[in-house]
Amino acid sequence: MNPLVLARWQFAILTIIHFFFVPLTLGISILLAIMETAYVRTGKEVYRDAVKFWSKVFLINFALGVVSGIVQEFQFGLNWSEYARFMGDIFGAPLAVEALLAFYLESTFVGVWIFGWDKLSPKVHATVLWLTAIGSNLSAIWILIANSFMQRPTGYTMGEHGVIMKNFAEVATNTNVLYQFPHVFFAGMTTAAFVVIGLSAYLYLIKRGDKAMLDLSVRWATIYGLIGVILVMTVGHFQGQFLVREQPSKMAAAEALWHSEQPAHFSFFAIPDEQTQTNRLDIRVPALLSYLSYGDFHSKVEGIDEVQKKMEAKYGPGDYIPPVGVTYWSFRLMVYSGGLMLLLLLYLWYLNSKGISMAEKPWFAKLMVWSILLPYLASSTGWMMAEIGRQPWVVYGLLKTKDGVSPASVVSGGEVLFSLLSLGVVYIVLTYVGVKLVVKHLHAAPAQTPAAAD
Amino acid sequence: MDLKTLWFVLITVLFIGFFFLEGFDYGVGMLMPFLGKRDEERRAILNTIGPFWDGNEVWMITAGGALFASFPQWYATLFSGFYIPLVLMLLALIFRGVGFEFRSKEESEGWRNTWDWLIWLGSLLPALLWGVAIANIVRGVPIDANMNYTGGFFNLLNPYALLGGITFVVLFLMHGATYLALKLTNGLEKQAKQIASRMWVATLVVAVVFLVYSYPEVLSKAQYLGISLVFLGIAVVALLADGYFLKQGDMLKAFWAGGVTILGVTAGFFAALYPNVMPSSTNPAYSLTIYNASASPTTLKIMTMVALVLVPIVLVYQGWTYYTFRQRISTKDEMTY
Repeated sequence: MNPLVLARWQFAILTIIHFFFVPLTLGISILLAIMETAYVRTGKEVYRDAVKFWSKVFLINFALGVVSGIVQEFQFGLNWSEYARFMGDIFGAPLAVEALLAFYLESTFVGVWIFGWDKLSPKVHATVLWLTAIGSNLSAIWILIANSFMQRPTGYTMGEHGVIMKNFAEVATNTNVLYQFPHVFFAGMTTAAFVVIGLSAYLYLIKRGDKAMLDLSVRWATIYGLIGVILVMTVGHFQGQFLVREQPSKMAAAEALWHSEQPAHFSFFAIPDEQTQTNRLDIRVPALLSYLSYGDFHSKVEGIDEVQKKMEAKYGPGDYIPPVGVTYWSFRLMVYSGGLMLLLLLYLWYLNSKGISMAEKPWFAKLMVWSILLPYLASSTGWMMAEIGRQPWVVYGLLKTKDGVSPASVVSGGEVLFSLLSLGVVYIVLTYVGVKLVVKHLHAAPAQTPAAAD
Repeated sequence: MDLKTLWFVLITVLFIGFFFLEGFDYGVGMLMPFLGKRDEERRAILNTIGPFWDGNEVWMITAGGALFASFPQWYATLFSGFYIPLVLMLLALIFRGVGFEFRSKEESEGWRNTWDWLIWLGSLLPALLWGVAIANIVRGVPIDANMNYTGGFFNLLNPYALLGGITFVVLFLMHGATYLALKLTNGLEKQAKQIASRMWVATLVVAVVFLVYSYPEVLSKAQYLGISLVFLGIAVVALLADGYFLKQGDMLKAFWAGGVTILGVTAGFFAALYPNVMPSSTNPAYSLTIYNASASPTTLKIMTMVALVLVPIVLVYQGWTYYTFRQRISTKDEMTY
């Protein structure tokens, strides 16, 4: 059993499952804080009802995010001790700031919020939720600052064990994070919107839940989601242009562009073949990739062959191209599910503006229930593109993944397998239980009376 | 004080905060299925730590994160070396955290019982394993010239370390029972007080054996034995005072005395460690020290500013939460957990 392979699977599986919970926490904490603020301002019960109803979903999700997050904190020691030794001087600081600034804030105030409905004035209670939401989103900033160093090292010098902090401000304001954080933040808004809308649609279908509360939730979530999905795509576009310059190996693989082209075509659907370095069944649009990458229709875009040659010249012999098929398809699935989410929300917005409820369009309600999966697909594939697309590096240009793993003499393949299986199974079981509890919560909502249902 | 020493002290402070706060949380979790016979009693017990446990747990996360930032080599050696115990602890903490949130969301007795025992195990294992880990760290473990732990899993289960684990368990049981005596009502607080008194006797016995055992294993090798003994002395005095307050029935003072005991024990053993952070039993020259395991001066300087600004703020708002939820929990209350 190769510990490296197992350690990579472990990190991938546990991190992707952890990131099922994160975007929803980021987005729904703010949405609920806005709703609770509306309750404080207007005193209308329907806002408070909505907050209380969705808080169950938020808290089940929050608990799963917290416990899987603890594992993340120690993962770098468990299976990646060489990485920890090499990166500690840079990587530990944002992690510690994340804990001190963000984890304390969100974890302390979420407890106050859950237990404080009768103990605090409405104003203070809403403030406490804002503090929780700010804490969660601050934690995203700091972990992405850490991740951004892995994508684009900056503000460092090389020392005896590895990288040494030279300029903390430069590490914290890495250009990469200026794209990455908004991308994740707006993805969180989108996720929260699709969860609220999808679960509301489910309630319309089973004819349960307070209709006024559901209508309100859907209307608000539609706007919230539209802002989220439009901005996540906009930021994503500029992030892509940034990556063309910063990580050409990732983008060349993500486009399955085997050879440099001027102007470069954009591929909509292809089956990349890594053996022959060609695409089978390539549906393409001429010159579009040049436009997407540089904003004009004639620029040259570097292909895999040229990137490989340049990186060999810089770093010595080796294979510097990430797995092309996975990178290409994770990129496409992210973008396509984003596009689909935009269309769904635009249609829902149109329905809302006409005063048509999803209850009257069961086919669309069903579609929106299943569409809950879309933001999760987009987030997971987005991270796959970010992390798999960075291979063979764990820290771009500085440390290869294979050199970051704990030595086999310290952590054996069997031990990694034990942690992979035990944690993996527990994560999957608990995710399943969490979903079951959410569904149970929906079925526990009061049945709509015939008069209220129409 | 140089920055490396300052960070050694700050790591100690974070672990003290962690063991003080999670100490009673773990104690409450370990006592819950026994002290709580009926469902509403168990719920009342869980709700005593309901608003706090998540914030308390961040002390552990922060200790881990700060260890990574200030002594990356310590973090890397410790968590790759103590692999299996760490994985078991993470599994335990997962079940515990999810258990709080999930257990009362279904009515069925089987469901609630399952989560109650998972919460029990999820509180027992971290208490035991942190004791085992700290005892192993201060005693020294096989570490090679590349700072890698070479001892394997079973080497960690030596009698001294296991006794360290048991010490933590009984100490946290006492601390948790005292906390429950302050937070419960309906007669449960009297039972909790009784348990606290019994656990005090157990703690006294175990702690005395552990301290005596610590002399040849740890203290005789300490470079700053004086400072270590001062803190351990404070722990002993606090524990004796705890017994007196328990007898008087002054539970608030007993609780603080228990807290000072935890502080004294933690500080005493960290002081015995200094300036090592993970002594090597293979060859003293291979030991990790504050000098060869620490981050760069730049990182330490930044972390110092961050910690000195944020830790006091955290203490203020966490203190406010304890004030907000200062009332006792009755079994007749409307329960959140």
